[in-house]
Amino acid sequence: MIQLIAFYLFATIVIASAAMVIFARNPVHSVMWLILAFFNAAGLMLLAGAEFIAMLLVIVYVGAVAVLFLFVVMMLDIDFAELRSGFVRYLPLGALVAIVLAAELVFAVGAWQAGGVDLAARAAPAATDTSNIQQIGELLYTRYIFLFEAAGIVLLVAMIGAIVLTHRQRGGVRIQNISAQNRRRPEDATRLVDPGVGQGMEL
Amino acid sequence: MTADLALIWPELILTIGGLVTLMLGTYAGDRQVGLYQLAAMVTLAAAAAAVLALFGTDATVFSGTLSVDSFGGFAKLLIYAASFICVVIAPRFFKDAMRAEYPVLILFAALGMGIMASSRDLMTLYVGLELNSLASYVLASFMRSDERSSEAGLKYFVLGALASGILLYGISLLYGFTGSTDFATIAAALGGELSIGIIFGIVFVIAGLAFKISAVPFHMWTPDVYEGAPTPVTAFFATAPKVAAMALMTRVVIGAVGPAVGAWQQIVIFLALASIILGAVGAIGQKNIKRLLAYSSINNVGYMLIGLAAGTQQGVEGVLTYLLVYMVTTIGSFLIVLQLRDDRGNQIESIPALAGYSQRRPGLAAAMAVFLFSLAGIPPLFGFWPKYLVFEAAVNANLVPLAVVGIVASVIGAFYYIAIIKTMYFDEKSDTEFPRGTGTVVEDAVITASALWLSVIGYLFIGVLAALSATAAAVLF
Repeated sequence: MIQLIAFYLFATIVIASAAMVIFARNPVHSVMWLILAFFNAAGLMLLAGAEFIAMLLVIVYVGAVAVLFLFVVMMLDIDFAELRSGFVRYLPLGALVAIVLAAELVFAVGAWQAGGVDLAARAAPAATDTSNIQQIGELLYTRYIFLFEAAGIVLLVAMIGAIVLTHRQRGGVRIQNISAQNRRRPEDATRLVDPGVGQGMEL
Repeated sequence: MTADLALIWPELILTIGGLVTLMLGTYAGDRQVGLYQLAAMVTLAAAAAAVLALFGTDATVFSGTLSVDSFGGFAKLLIYAASFICVVIAPRFFKDAMRAEYPVLILFAALGMGIMASSRDLMTLYVGLELNSLASYVLASFMRSDERSSEAGLKYFVLGALASGILLYGISLLYGFTGSTDFATIAAALGGELSIGIIFGIVFVIAGLAFKISAVPFHMWTPDVYEGAPTPVTAFFATAPKVAAMALMTRVVIGAVGPAVGAWQQIVIFLALASIILGAVGAIGQKNIKRLLAYSSINNVGYMLIGLAAGTQQGVEGVLTYLLVYMVTTIGSFLIVLQLRDDRGNQIESIPALAGYSQRRPGLAAAMAVFLFSLAGIPPLFGFWPKYLVFEAAVNANLVPLAVVGIVASVIGAFYYIAIIKTMYFDEKSDTEFPRGTGTVVEDAVITASALWLSVIGYLFIGVLAALSATAAAVLF
């Protein structure tokens, strides 16, 4: 019973906040609604017993991706009113695409109900006595350890690549040089002078 | 696990060497070209030595994700050798733009290609492919200040990402319909009636790989990328990734989807025919030597695919021999392209400017003639031998029409190769001066050695080559 209530709660909020992502006038508000949708989707995942994916949703999507979205949205100066002005003009085309997508959904569900492709049975059966975080961890660090490490190298190469393509040494930049600062002795920087009375000071 | 580590020495050496080279570049600075270049060369040589030491072992490591066998070993030796040469020739080309990341990226690309060549799991395949591709995209646009280089990098990246998407879609279909990413398990699941999903999966996987070997109709990027990328990088693209992707394609076709002969054979035959014909016809109008070599590589990939289409051990032996000979020829010809500089040191790439080249640089012109005749497969030269092998394999596998079309198209191909030789030897001298002293001793030595090997000496090695490729190919059957 409590699961059912939780499911409907999460599901309603996901759909409602997803709708608000589209309807919100302010793009920053859209991103906020998106974050709410992610959170509730994570709740749905928890209910489905996929706690690892739930955590990923929160950490990766809410923690990183949504914040990145927020940055981009705030930095870009997009006039959304301008973008929406063509709504009526593109309505027929949009409606056509929507109909095609809806038809595909119906076909997909129909085909799935008809059977034939028995995917679930082919997939490896999940052991029920361990949590799926443990299962994924065991696979990742034993069976697929080589791939895991290789994926690390792929990320390293991506990082080197990004630096190679974008990093350039600019002239005329004053960077803090800590060792030079530390090497500087009081004698180099200050001098003691003894100005006579009424003579003023020469620098 | 520890026992597995002892079998992946080449990969470990490349990884550690790559990281060390990166640190050397970071701390010693980009000016210390000799230092990090040496580190990269030592790493590649050590990795090749490790491959040689492991040659003949036949094992699967890391729960069946990777295989250590002679087939992978053969491919890795070619890959490391090509990478080695591309590291050696780079500093003279890049001059002040040379940076430590170049050898580092080559090392990691070589690591990725090694993983490709020895993968026996769809996930290993993809990780290796991406490692190689990511490094390659960056290498293509390594000359940031050069517009053409940036363009090449961007084109390669966009089309490569598309190809990766296609490949992944195929992988997900194959996984969904066979229930495994392991090549052997997939092959076992393909015994009976093929479902439409499996056929789609095979088509998409082969299409994704065809992009990497630049087989028609997935070749569009090749001429632009070859032309735009810096010449040492083009030499790299034309050799090492070709070997890796061809080895990978062979593994997938023979090892993973082998039982579904009817499904993959017609795709490979189509790719072979289209590549041979389009490669030959497309090259005719080219005025840029790098573009021409790109079309030549498309054409040659078609011939390799003939051997693969046969689907027999003899065919795979032909493919391996072809890869070796093609690699030597391509390295040689790109080394010559690298030396095409006028008296102000500008790179010359236009073919008409080569008129009368034989009178200015007779040695290089003769070597170039050997390479071109060899690419055309004219009999006394060694380039004829692998072509003969793949045709023989095709005929033995009852693919006579394929072999006939291949032979006819090679006549078309011979036309443009000979047209360059005519330009170099019989045309009026062009205004372009080609001063001497453009190459280092090493470059000249490599050109001389490969030209000699291709002209007559190669035939002395037929026995060794046949034994090597037979050992390597036998692993898959």
